[in-house]
Amino acid sequence: MEPKIRLVDVWKSFGALAVCRGINLAVAPGELVCLIGVSGSGKSTILRTINLLEPIDDGQILLDGFDITDPGLDAQPVRQRIGIVFQSFNLFPHMTALENVALAPRRVKKKSRAEVLPEAEALFERFGLQDRMHHYPDQLSGGQQQRVAVIRALAMNPEVMLFDEVTSALDPELVGEVLDVIRTLKSSGMTMIVATHEMSFAHEAADKVCVLDQGQIIEEGPPQQIFGAPREARTREFLKRVLREK
Amino acid sequence: MKSNERSGGGSATATVRNRRQIYESRQYRRSVTIASISTAVVLASIVILVPMAPGWERVKASFFNWEIFVKTFPGLAQAFLLDIAIFLWCAPVIAAWSLALALMRDVRAPAFYPLKLFAIGYNDLFRGVPVILVAYLLGFGIPGLGLPRPWNSPYIWGSLALTLSYSAYVSEIFRSGIESIHESQRAAAKSLGLSEADTMRFVVLPQAIRRVMPACMTLVVALVKDVALLSFLGPVEVLRQAGSFKSLYANFTPYVGAAILFLTVTVPATRWVDRLIVQQNQKQR
Repeated sequence: MEPKIRLVDVWKSFGALAVCRGINLAVAPGELVCLIGVSGSGKSTILRTINLLEPIDDGQILLDGFDITDPGLDAQPVRQRIGIVFQSFNLFPHMTALENVALAPRRVKKKSRAEVLPEAEALFERFGLQDRMHHYPDQLSGGQQQRVAVIRALAMNPEVMLFDEVTSALDPELVGEVLDVIRTLKSSGMTMIVATHEMSFAHEAADKVCVLDQGQIIEEGPPQQIFGAPREARTREFLKRVLREK
Repeated sequence: MKSNERSGGGSATATVRNRRQIYESRQYRRSVTIASISTAVVLASIVILVPMAPGWERVKASFFNWEIFVKTFPGLAQAFLLDIAIFLWCAPVIAAWSLALALMRDVRAPAFYPLKLFAIGYNDLFRGVPVILVAYLLGFGIPGLGLPRPWNSPYIWGSLALTLSYSAYVSEIFRSGIESIHESQRAAAKSLGLSEADTMRFVVLPQAIRRVMPACMTLVVALVKDVALLSFLGPVEVLRQAGSFKSLYANFTPYVGAAILFLTVTVPATRWVDRLIVQQNQKQR
């Protein structure tokens, strides 16, 4: 089967700092891939290049076999097909949760209010936030804000969802409700790439885990292999460190 | 036991007070007393010392003449309405034009680079020249071209001078507001597929304008006063009216009347701005 998303030898530097050094990655439709690795290993940058928020220096990113990093390509229609959720939520603070969700469908897809409203309400209901629709972001808990951010991305009916350390800014007791959202999406067949520090989540939910170190994928495989019998010394080193911290 | 004491102290502040509360209320009374005494001393010395100056009687007669004040004040108030009118038609134009300038400076598309250059040059020019000079150059220069009515009106060119100068300042404030919106907000909008223009209109600008409102209001208050600069071009607004009353009665009291008229607008406006700023600071906390 053709991968939904494929990265071919992707390179990206910020000045002298190389953050992606020849990344190769294939994500099958409906697959949940977790990116793990220390901070600064390139997890976030990979997600941001897939969403075309960061232009790449070299290589290709294919969506359904179509090169979306082709120079001169209009980024907007591609971004509509790929949703991203950020570590710090990035909700629009001057809009209610509902307005946050409705903005892009109204302005980008040019849907009418009458069309957007029931769709948005259904999403809020699905993630248990129907009584928070008319609240402003600063009236919501971190976990609720992050769920609204997920709903906002889902409202554009994306084919792929990217999660950039979405639980890192949350209090420990709120992490679960956001991870549950990802699990729900997985059961509905969404293709997802999740950069995370939550090892137990990666272990239990991922179809494939990629270990990053200094801009390279040093090991990838099913979670049982990565967490049970890692082949690379650097993977073992990394896992030993994070699991001890827990 | 301890918590009992604490809750008891809170509810019975008037009767049983602990040592800290006694100390704090004594400190408070002390500072109030010092402030009142020093204010009284300063006021008293002004009231006593100033009339002792050799020229006081003359100054009093020519600046604080009650009779002339009463006679000229209605005329001044009438003329002040013209100031208000000029202010009222300038303010919205300034708001719109300065916003346009701020947006020009923010454009990222290379095709619009000339606009950016224009906005930069414009702001340098009009922030670098005194408002009164712009008013003179436009107010006397353009009617000098011999244009037909109404295009030789000092109202039009005076107002334009105010608009051009003030827009340069206000657009800098708008720009600082736009730049203060974190890049992650733009990234979020972009990731949803919003265009640059929609991102600016729906995400960045509403937040930016809210943030810089207090700073803008400070300039609005300044504009109220600078309308008086147009008096040099001819319109009989309050300053010019005061000038002709001065010549008529050979007395400066009308200028004091004009000052009072400005204060009735600017002092409440300034207080209101202060309150806006306090509210803003509280919200950010």
